[in-house]
Amino acid sequence: MKETTIPRTLISTESVGVLYDERERALGDVTLEFASGTVSALIGPSGCGKSTYLRCLNLMNREIPHCLIEGRILYHGRDITKPEQDLFALRRSIGMVFPRPNPFRMSIYENIALAPRRHGIRGKIALDELVERSLTAAALFDEVKDKLHTSAYALSGGQQQRLCIARTLALDPDVVLMDEPCSALDPIATLAIEETMRSMAARGICVIVVTHNMEQAARASDRTAFFYLGQMVEEGPTERIFSDPHEERLQDYLTGRIG
Amino acid sequence: MPSLSTVLSPPEPAGADTAGSSRRTSSGPSLSHRRGRMTKQHIERAGKCITGLCVVLTTLLVAALIFMVAQHGLATFITDGISLPSFLLGTTWNPHQTDASGAPLVGALPMILGSFAVTLLSCLLVLPFAIGLAIFIVEIAPGFGRKVLQPALELLVGIPSVVFGLLGLTIVVPWVRSWAGGTGYGIFSGSLVLAVMVLPTVTTLATDAIAAVPDTYREGSYGLGCMRWQTIRHVVLKSAAPGIMTAIILGMTRAFGEALAVQMVIGNAAAIPTALFTPTATLTSVLTMGMGNEATGTVQSDALWSLALILMAMSLVFILIVHLIGKKGAKIDG
Amino acid sequence: MAEQRARTQDRIATAVLTAIAVLTCLLLVAIIAKIIISGASKAFDLSFLTGKPQQFKEGGGIGPELFNSFYLLLLTLLISTPLSLGAAIFLVEYAPDNTFTRLVKTAIEVLSSLPSIVVGLFGFLLFVLSFGWGFSIISGALALTMFNIPILVRVIQQALEAVSAEQRDAGLALGLTRWETTVHILLPAALPAIVTGVILSAGRVFGEAAALIYTAGQSAPALDFLNFDVTSLSCPWNIWRPAETLAVHIWKINSEGVVPDLTMVSDGTAAVLLICILAFNLIARLISRRASRKLAAE
Repeated sequence: MKETTIPRTLISTESVGVLYDERERALGDVTLEFASGTVSALIGPSGCGKSTYLRCLNLMNREIPHCLIEGRILYHGRDITKPEQDLFALRRSIGMVFPRPNPFRMSIYENIALAPRRHGIRGKIALDELVERSLTAAALFDEVKDKLHTSAYALSGGQQQRLCIARTLALDPDVVLMDEPCSALDPIATLAIEETMRSMAARGICVIVVTHNMEQAARASDRTAFFYLGQMVEEGPTERIFSDPHEERLQDYLTGRIG
Repeated sequence: MPSLSTVLSPPEPAGADTAGSSRRTSSGPSLSHRRGRMTKQHIERAGKCITGLCVVLTTLLVAALIFMVAQHGLATFITDGISLPSFLLGTTWNPHQTDASGAPLVGALPMILGSFAVTLLSCLLVLPFAIGLAIFIVEIAPGFGRKVLQPALELLVGIPSVVFGLLGLTIVVPWVRSWAGGTGYGIFSGSLVLAVMVLPTVTTLATDAIAAVPDTYREGSYGLGCMRWQTIRHVVLKSAAPGIMTAIILGMTRAFGEALAVQMVIGNAAAIPTALFTPTATLTSVLTMGMGNEATGTVQSDALWSLALILMAMSLVFILIVHLIGKKGAKIDG
Repeated sequence: MAEQRARTQDRIATAVLTAIAVLTCLLLVAIIAKIIISGASKAFDLSFLTGKPQQFKEGGGIGPELFNSFYLLLLTLLISTPLSLGAAIFLVEYAPDNTFTRLVKTAIEVLSSLPSIVVGLFGFLLFVLSFGWGFSIISGALALTMFNIPILVRVIQQALEAVSAEQRDAGLALGLTRWETTVHILLPAALPAIVTGVILSAGRVFGEAAALIYTAGQSAPALDFLNFDVTSLSCPWNIWRPAETLAVHIWKINSEGVVPDLTMVSDGTAAVLLICILAFNLIARLISRRASRKLAAE
């Protein structure tokens, strides 16, 4: 199923910054735009604010006490940092995958069905369909279709991560945030995840990936943004970023002089 | 073929700008998700309320406890006109008799001294064993400690205090009588029973304190050529000292507040404890025996409540001391 | 030489510490053995376990007391577990970092340090006198609830905090509320630890006496198990009747010192008490082991 849509900006940030404990600055003045149907990579040395930035986009930073978010985050043109924003609805449309696979201690089926059920989807047929579609979209269905009701913990690391992706896709998000999703996986599992990223983008989802792995960013993404010491230093089409970096810090990072 | 989006149409964000946000051809917001969006806030608020209520109820009960015990305990001084010094320092406890001026003989000093005596003596007795066990579990034989000693201590702490009182009555008292003479009741028997009762508490906390000493301290000491016992004595114990003190204070808290086990072996004679082997009394023993015999509102009953007030106040003092030790320990580390 | 002295000291110290460890084990074994052996003749005698207690004559049993102990335990767990669960969830998930939370935590700490006799006397003031319930099972159950809450809150809190934060993050990122995350994800994962903790607390509650002397009372009316009139004194399920438990019974007959076969009855009651508590400990340990085995197998 191909959706021929013109890419439009789904989510963007204007001068977004983050302060921990109301004074320790982790991130400052980041302005970026992300379009539907694209894979955007956030690269940079560890501790430079990439994950912190990512966690602003679905307001997960709100769960940390005394964490202050500055600036504006626009989703479908609306500023979601306003207090009236329905956090729970937002997180259905903006999904997140974490660095270490974190399936629930339940069956594969239950892992996927839990959130849709809590959001109002009832009925075995609807849920069965949903589970199958999500697992297919995450390229996992064929491997687990005969053991849907066995524990998710019996799966391999790569399979568990794809289960977590399927769990997120079950809520039909249009943005999927991935925080170093392959950091705990072997190279084969990593390639499988990258394929899934591309197939999600092909279906119109805006995929934003934080990665330590420059080769992964070069392989899998359309646009790349480079973060350094809490600032977004340079961004642009991936090909241009890697072949013709403008900023000296980015050049140093790509050649291995820093990070 | 229905797409994912028609199975579950996501809701529009609150106050959405509908002009620019036609996301995809959805079948329109269905009843389930609109209801879902409202009730999510309700669910969260309900959850916060229910659990908040539990917490508030508990806090209110504790506040009521402190208030009511204080109210009845202070009545002795406010309503019945007993003077505080004569209560705390008076040496005769015979509430049904009056002295020359007509005030009932409510001197609590024997019980206060008795309580402190058993508490201090029992903790003194238990100290070498508790610290020794803790050192053994952490430094010498961790496997045996984890598999045998710690379960053994867990079992020991689970034995009810009445049973300890019974053992005290049937074994300790006759044994003490056999070599110390007299009745066998008294502070020594009480302290012995209490020592066994607080051993698990003090040991477990001391074990935690010693285990918390960073290995780098030990490695530094061994690197200087010290042997194990030297390391333990000069490095580990010194570093774990605040934690061990906390363990002792908490052991004292338990000993001070123990009622039945002490009451069964202390002899229950409200006289100033002059020796370890003569019957005496503690705050808890007099309370246990006396409360049932006095009608509420009488000065005798109020005097008993004042004893309860002292007990409660001492518990609060012990908590305070533990907090102060904790703060001082943190300052030394930080 | 200093080194020689240090080595000797080290050896002596190790020997002393080992002796202490061995002594402690022997002490525990001796205590348990003494209680069970002394009480064995009565504890396994069915007529003792079901018979009525005697005030002045010998041959008294502990039938009502045995039932009362279990019934009180059941009621206490029914009341204290949901309360403690709610309080623990609040402290873990919702508690804001302010004075209110500090107050709550202090209150629970105070409650855990109070002597159980003081808790019992408060129960006497509030439930027996002020509410006018008299010496009754409900008064005792509520006093025991207050006694049990700090224990359970700490256990449940630790169990919830042991579930990794990543599970909570996953739930929240899926748009679930903290409540739903706790109920559907964290609690099921923490359940084995919680159940173990509840059973261990049951052991403490079962043996508690000081809090019950002035709340559930020291008298044990004869129970007629065929009586279903919940207002009658002889109906076992009537929560308004006084109810002496096993632990209180031991204390009472020893403080009165009247019954001729005092020692045998005490020893028998103590043995029954201990066996039940050991059973609780064993069950808790088995559940905990089965749960960790299931976790390891995944």
